[in-house]
Formats: sequence, C-alpha cells, structure tokens
Amino acid sequence: MRSTAAAVHRRQTAASAVWRVDSVMLVAVAGLCVVGTLLVWSSTRTWTTGDPTAVVRKHLLNLAIGALLCAVTSSVDLGWLRAYAPVLYGVAMLGLICVVTPLGSTINGSHSWIMLGGGFAVQPSELAKPALVLLLAMLLSQPAENTERPRRLDLIWCVLAALFAMGLVMLQPDLGTTMVLSVITAGIMILGGVRKRWIGAVALLAAVGAAAVWSLGLLHPYQVARFTAFINPASDPRGVGYNSTQALIAIGSGELFGKGLFHGGQTTGRFVPEQHTDFIFTVAGEEFGFLGSVTVVALLGVVLLRGIKIARQCEDRFGALAAGGIVCWLTFQTFVNVGMTIGIMPITGLPLPFVSYGGTATFANMIAIGLLQAIHIREHSFR
Amino acid sequence: MMRARFVVLQILVVSLLAVLAIRLWQVQMVRGAKYVEVATETRTRSVVVPAVRGQILDSSGRPLVRNRTSLVVSVDRARFDRMRDGGAAVLQRLAGVLGTSAESLKQRIRPCGPKVTRPCWPGSPYQPIPVDDRVTTRQALQILERQEDFPGITAEIQATRDHPGGVEAAQMLGYLQPVTQEELEKRQGFKDSYSGVDLVGRDGLEAVYDDALRGRPGLRRVQVDRVGKVIGVEQQVPPTTGDTLITSIDARVQDVVEQAIANAMKTHPGADGAAGVVLDVKTGHVIAMASNPTYNPSVWTGGISEGEYQRLLSDKSGRPLVSRATNGQFAPGSTFKISSVSAMVHDGYPLNGHYDCPGSFMVGSRPFNNFHGIGMGTMDLRTALIKSCDTIFYRAAYEQWQRDGGRDPKGRPKEPMAAMARAYGFGRPTGVDLPGEAAGRIPDRAWRQELWQATRKVNCDRSKKGYPEVKDAARAAFLKQLAYENCLEGYEWRAGDAANFSIGQGDVLVTPLQLARAYAALVGDGKVRSPRIGWALVRPDGTPVKEIKAPVVSKLPISAAVRDYIRSALSEVTSDGTAAGAFSGFPMDRVKIGGKTGTAQVWGKKDTSWFASFAPAQKPRLVVVVMVSQGGMGAETAAPAVRQIYEAIYGIKGRPLMPEGHLPDHLPTIEPDGTVDR
Repeated sequence: MRSTAAAVHRRQTAASAVWRVDSVMLVAVAGLCVVGTLLVWSSTRTWTTGDPTAVVRKHLLNLAIGALLCAVTSSVDLGWLRAYAPVLYGVAMLGLICVVTPLGSTINGSHSWIMLGGGFAVQPSELAKPALVLLLAMLLSQPAENTERPRRLDLIWCVLAALFAMGLVMLQPDLGTTMVLSVITAGIMILGGVRKRWIGAVALLAAVGAAAVWSLGLLHPYQVARFTAFINPASDPRGVGYNSTQALIAIGSGELFGKGLFHGGQTTGRFVPEQHTDFIFTVAGEEFGFLGSVTVVALLGVVLLRGIKIARQCEDRFGALAAGGIVCWLTFQTFVNVGMTIGIMPITGLPLPFVSYGGTATFANMIAIGLLQAIHIREHSFR
Repeated sequence: MMRARFVVLQILVVSLLAVLAIRLWQVQMVRGAKYVEVATETRTRSVVVPAVRGQILDSSGRPLVRNRTSLVVSVDRARFDRMRDGGAAVLQRLAGVLGTSAESLKQRIRPCGPKVTRPCWPGSPYQPIPVDDRVTTRQALQILERQEDFPGITAEIQATRDHPGGVEAAQMLGYLQPVTQEELEKRQGFKDSYSGVDLVGRDGLEAVYDDALRGRPGLRRVQVDRVGKVIGVEQQVPPTTGDTLITSIDARVQDVVEQAIANAMKTHPGADGAAGVVLDVKTGHVIAMASNPTYNPSVWTGGISEGEYQRLLSDKSGRPLVSRATNGQFAPGSTFKISSVSAMVHDGYPLNGHYDCPGSFMVGSRPFNNFHGIGMGTMDLRTALIKSCDTIFYRAAYEQWQRDGGRDPKGRPKEPMAAMARAYGFGRPTGVDLPGEAAGRIPDRAWRQELWQATRKVNCDRSKKGYPEVKDAARAAFLKQLAYENCLEGYEWRAGDAANFSIGQGDVLVTPLQLARAYAALVGDGKVRSPRIGWALVRPDGTPVKEIKAPVVSKLPISAAVRDYIRSALSEVTSDGTAAGAFSGFPMDRVKIGGKTGTAQVWGKKDTSWFASFAPAQKPRLVVVVMVSQGGMGAETAAPAVRQIYEAIYGIKGRPLMPEGHLPDHLPTIEPDGTVDR
C-alpha cells in the first residue's frame, strides 16, 4: 500500500507542486536577488578595465543557474534526499579534498577553488554546507526508542562527520566557512534533542578549542589581526582596521534615504575593499540609506522566519532538522556579514546570502531555498 | 521538546535581526551626519591652483619682472619616502634625463634645517620640489611617457619669474622663495594641497607688495578614489591673477644708471661697491636705483645651487644681495655740507656774511686742515660750498660745541648740526617701499654716551690687559692707548668729533637713498618725503586698484630763501667748483646741472666717492646721487658717472631718454587684454 501511495504522491507532486511552494519566501528571495544585482552592478561598474556590466551579467547568469538548482532541488523527494544524504556528503568531501590537492586554485588569497575551465570555478566549501545539513539531519532523524532524544552512536557519527568537513575546510584555510559548519552542526544537534548537559559540554569544548587555537597560534596572523582590529578598530586604521572603518563610513554616510543608486561616493571611489562580495552591504547602506539596508535585513528576516515556520510545521523529523540547520546556517551568515560591516562582529570572509556576488555561494543558497521548498511541498502534500 | 527548541531558535533569529536593525539606526541615523563628514573628507582632496603672480612694470609699462611659462620638473618627496630605496633609483634615472648628477638632485630635495644648508628645500615637505625649470619638451616627454619609471616625478607647465633686465635692479626687485612650513600652517587649507609650488616674495618689491602681487590661489575640490586617483571635480574656484605693480622706475634710466656705476667700478679697480639713485624731485618717487655688485635673480628660480648661493653671500664677490643704495652706510663727506650750512644759518650765522677760510683751523689743541691744507682767504657761504672749504665748517662746529658747554655740557645741548641732519631725514630709515633698509647714523652727545656705556667694559679690560694677540708691538701699544682713552673719556663728545661731523666725516653714516631724498627736499619744495618705487597697483585687465604716493614725513626748518641760496650755490659746482673738471664740455646752456662732490675718508680703506646732483639747476626735476665705495675722490669717480647718466637722460650724445627732462605724469594704460599701451 505504501509504495502505491508514494507513486500517487509522486505523480501529484509533478503536477501541482507549483501551487504548494512557500511563495512568501520566494518573493523575499527574489527581492534580495534584485537588490543584490543592483548593488553588484553599482559596485563593479567603475572597474576601469573592460565592460562595466561584465560582472553584473555574470551575476545574473549565476542567479539563473541558482534558480534552476532551486527548482530542481524543490522537486526532489525528501525520502530520496534522506537516502542519498551520505552520498551527497561524500561528493562534497571529495570536492574539499580536491581543493587541497594540486587541483585546487587560489583566488583572492583563499585557496578554496577548483577551476572548471572557461572562466568558471567552484568553491566546494560552499556546497559542503547543504551536504552537511542533509547528512546530520539524516543521522539524527531516528531518535532512540520511545524518546525524542538522538542515539548516542548517531551523535558520535554527527560529530565525526562535522569535524571531518571542518578539518578539510580549515586546511584551505577558511575560518568563516568552518564557523558556519560548526553552527550548522550545533544547531541541528540542539534542535535534534541533544541533552542540555551535552550542549553545555560542547559549548565548553568549543571555548577551550577556540582558546587552544588562539594560543597555539594555529590561526593565520591576518586572522588574529582581524580580531584585534575588531576589538579596537583604531589600533590600525590604515591596515586591518581600514576595512571596518571604511565600511562604517560608507554605511553611516548613507543616512536615512541613502545617496541613491550609483551615487555613493565611497562606493564609486572603491574605498571599501571586496564591496561586491563580502562587503556588499556597505553599498546598500550608502546608496539606499537606513530604509534600504533595513529592508534588506527585513527580507532576510522573512526568509529565515518562513524557514523556521516550515521546520515547525514539518511532521517529518528529517525535514524539520534539515530546515532548522538551513535556518541556522543562513542566520549565522546574515548576522556575521551585516554585523562585520557595522562594527559589531569581527571581519570574516562570509558573503551575504542572496545578495553578494559569488557563483557557488549563490548556488548553495538557492539549493538551501530549494530544500526548504521541498520540505514545504512535502508537508503540504500530506494534508 | 523539539517544538520548544524551534521557538527558542525563532526568538534568537528575531533578536539577532533586531540587533542589526538597532545598530543600523545608530550608525546611519544617529551618527550619520558625522560619517557624511568623514566620508567627504576621505573622498575629496583640495587642490590649490596657484595664481599667476602679477607683473612689475616700469613707469611706461615696460616689464621689469614678468612671467615666463616653462616646463618644470618636480619631485614629490612624500612618494619617495614610501619607496623602499627612498627614491634613489628614480633619482638616478632622472639625473640621466636632466643631465645632472643624482647627488646634486638629492641635495636639492632634502629639507633645509639648522644643520642642513643650501642647496636644500626650504619649503613645505607636502609640496612638490622643483628641481629643474628649464627642461625641454623632449625631456618632459621622456618623464611623462614613462611614468612607471618615474614615480613621484612630474613635469608641468608653470609660470616662473622672468627678469628682462637681467642683473639690473636685482636687489630692488627682490626674489621669490618657497613658502615655509610655518607660513603654510598659518594659512588655512594649504597644508593639504599637493599642487604647484607656492612662492612668497623674500626681498625687494616682491616682498613688500607680496600680498597684491600674489593674487588669490584657486581651489579645486576633486573626488578621489582609494588610491588617490582623481575621478571627478566637485567644486572649482579659479585662481585670481595678482595685481600688476606699476613702478616709477624708468627701465631705460635704470639701464643707464647700472652702466654708469658699473663703469665707475671698472675704471677704479679698488672700488668694492657702488650705488646710484635717481629721484623725482616733485613726487618723491624713485626713477632708478642701482647697486653694484649685482647678480642675476634668475638663480633663485627652480632652486639655487650651492655654489651660486655661497657666491651671493661671500665677501669675495662683494655680497651682491645687499643693496648699496638702501643698505650701504657710508660717511657722506662734503655732500653733507648742505645740512651743515642749513644748520649754521638756522643757528644765526648770517646767510650773506663773509667767513675766513684758512688752510688750517685749531679745534682745541689739534689743527684741522682744509683739503691739501690750502687757505682760500675770505669768502661767502656760497663760495664755501662751491670750493668745498672745510675750515669754515670746523669753526662753526667748534663754536657751536663750545656754546653747548664743550666737554662739560650744562643742561640740554642744542647741537644744531645734528638737529638739522635729522630734519633732512638722516639717521632714520627713509621708509622706502623696500624691506630691511638701513637707518644710517647721526652721532651726537647722547649717542656717544650710549656707545661708551655699551663698550666701556671691553675697553677698560683692554686698557689693562692690552692686546697681547697683536704681533706688531707699536700697533698693540696704540690700540691699548686707544682703549685706555675710550675707557676713561669715551663718553665725551669732543670738539674734534663735532668738527669732523660738520663735513660729513667721522661717525656719521648715510645711505645713498637718504642723501638723494635730502637733496630732493632741498632743491624741491622743502618737504622731506618717504621715497616710493611703487606708483600704482592695477588689476591685470587695467582696472586701477590703488595709486601709491610718496608721503611727506617732515619739512626742512629753513626758509625758501635759504634753500634757494644753497641750490644756486651748488649750481656753480659743475662749472666753477669741485666738479668742474668732471663736467667740462657739458652743454650747461642746454641743461644746467647742480651738485656737490663728496670724498669721505674711511679708516684703513680708500675714500668713498660721492656726487649728489640735481637738474635742471634752475627748477630741478631730478636728483641723481652716485656713491662708489673705495672709489677715491668724488670728482674723479662719482661725478663722471653722474654725468654719464645726465647725458643719456637729456640726450647729449644721442636720443634723449627724457626729452627736456620730461617725466611721465600719468600711468601707462593697460588694456583689458593685458597689453600695455605706451
């Protein structure tokens, strides 16, 4: 009986999935993509070499591919995703391993790329985020007998899988993504019902680990400098502190209404580095003002809250945990990215979801939205 | 349980987003205005566009100082400091292009300091330092086309000062030097500027009229990007060209005076300096003023070289920076007698009386001799001036000294000779529109007393210890005796001092310009004026700004009759008197020259040669004074130079520079396009 129901369901999905998507979330994502496109355009049009629209056109292509990936992901059956989660994780890990082999390339100082030829490149660490979400959700989807708490063995597997991924990313090294992966892991494990004393123990371990990393000098000097500059931006205003100072100046000078698209003097003068990727929020702040930047935050808020709603409505433990993991991931990235441009977080190389330029990051974000939609569609098809 | 944890997640998400929103409010709304200010500051640069400096013209509009556009190569030290080798490699390449040595370029761009002497850069370290202002287009292109090889080096067209007269009137016109860091800091907005060179007048007319000549610099507020590249202009205030200074100088007369004194120097090889001054009697304006040795002011533009600078300062080359006309202080000799005669008459000696002119007059116990000790019998004051009798003045000075109480004055001494000298304007700066003028010196009892107070300790020490360092025993003994006398009675104004003073000898010192204006007051309207070189300031388009008049500072305390008497007496000097030889053959019927020779003795040196003159003698328009230091007799050296000047002015041997002695009575007209209508 069950297999017949599944077959019927599959046929129904194909026909009416479109009607069962979370359209509010999709509108918010589309809005973010539009704003992001304008900001990428504004921040790259003054590049002196070549076509002023070259970057924004590539960004649009990335968005198109991302939309396609989103659509594909949203139509995939959750059971299938759950079954193949270890394979997807394995593929992602393979990609990460490739990066640390001679296949990997360095772009903008971070060794996290694999060149595909034709000017295209992928960043496996971005794809590791959804892969880890799926694997952890799968591992914790079967609670211990008669409880809501996960089995101890599953937890151990979770920690090992997460540490393995984080270790590979640290080899690049990419501290930002490592932190995203750790947040995903912690989030899914906590949402999955880990005992409070475990949470406390892990938090303690994380603190000890962070202290160890710091004191053992495992961080690159530039990473240490970023934290120092965060605590005291005036310590080196022309060096590491330069980014945060210039970011604050750009955003602050936007005031209420901003200077208007293409009219931001700080943006035009390219005072903020990486302003089409990690620091794109400064362009929003300067050119669209407080109203614009708060709107961007609000749109991201809509996506995150709809994600939580999907997770809470999901009867399926795998779906709920996966949705929860995605929300943790996007929340962390949003808060750290916007926070670092306004001086409340240290500078970390993380893009702003749906807004920043960056192919693989866009794909990963879109896949995440696709996953949320798939969970939503599945939940609503049972009613 | 899972549901509860999702609620916690939801609360967490909402509060994190709320934190972002609150922080954004704080950054953009509360502190927004401050960040707008900071953003403007980081994004814009104020570039000061230097104004073109005003020209200096002569009385008919001929340029004395004008601007020449030239290609100037400058070095940006700030860029060099950021280079690993301090720009050494770039300098090496630049030296190759400019055909000089890297070492000399390096010296030119180092900042001047207490221990760093020229060549060095006296200006602001923020300014580009000009190292060559005479580069060819080819050299400039070599630098501009390979900017990657010449970081921090610019070649641009700039206006530099050009002196069509070359060495002529160099001290009077002055020169420009880069503004110093202290001066920059006093002026708002200059510190940020990275454009152009800001020069300030350091001497002469360039310094006195600096504010008017300088104009107002323009300002360009440009938008720059992160690396300082200009990406747009926000605001532009064009510079205002400085005013043109029209002077009363006649370039051709100046030329003649320069030649005359140079010639006098050449024909008297011992001479170490000369000055010539031509004044307009009616207005008190300077028509020409020259000093020799001189130098070419173009050595200042584009930085001065070590050798050149040392030459300007050295005694060997005669310190050409110093104007002998306003800063040279010399005993005036007999030219001073106009003051002494005035003092005698003012003191009650009859103007038409007869006075005995013996070959020698006993001043106290010491005989004071006429020139060559020749007695000339009884004569009137007129003849005393024409023949330059000294003993009449010795006697008068001695008698006045005795009336004042002699060595032991009672009450306030009258000192008629010193008082009259002051009335003629001696002993204080004339106030001419030039910087750093010397005051000269009128010695009297009070001056002697002060000098004695100041030097007493040294003299008294020496009178005990003697001069063991002096090898010559006789000379050491003499110096010791002198120190002893000065220590004991140096405060005393002795009869001999008074006698010497009456004939312009001893301690009296005057500048050639002081003497010229004294003669101008005497032969003119009796008013002593503060001479002026500037005549008017006009905008470059000809709009008048200000006319400059020579102000009257005092009036001679003698009547017009006395002045006429002295003037008519001096009118005979060139025909019957001491200058007759020098002026023999001069067509006095065409224009009669009056004047007085002076031969002042200087201890240890040759005589100072003077001739102070005026023309036409009946109704003088011009006063010409020439002084030749160590030139010998006034009649032999200075008088022929003056003759040479008059010959050119009145066209005795060619076309006259001033037909009938006519002086321009109206300013040259400057057309709106800047051309001068003569």
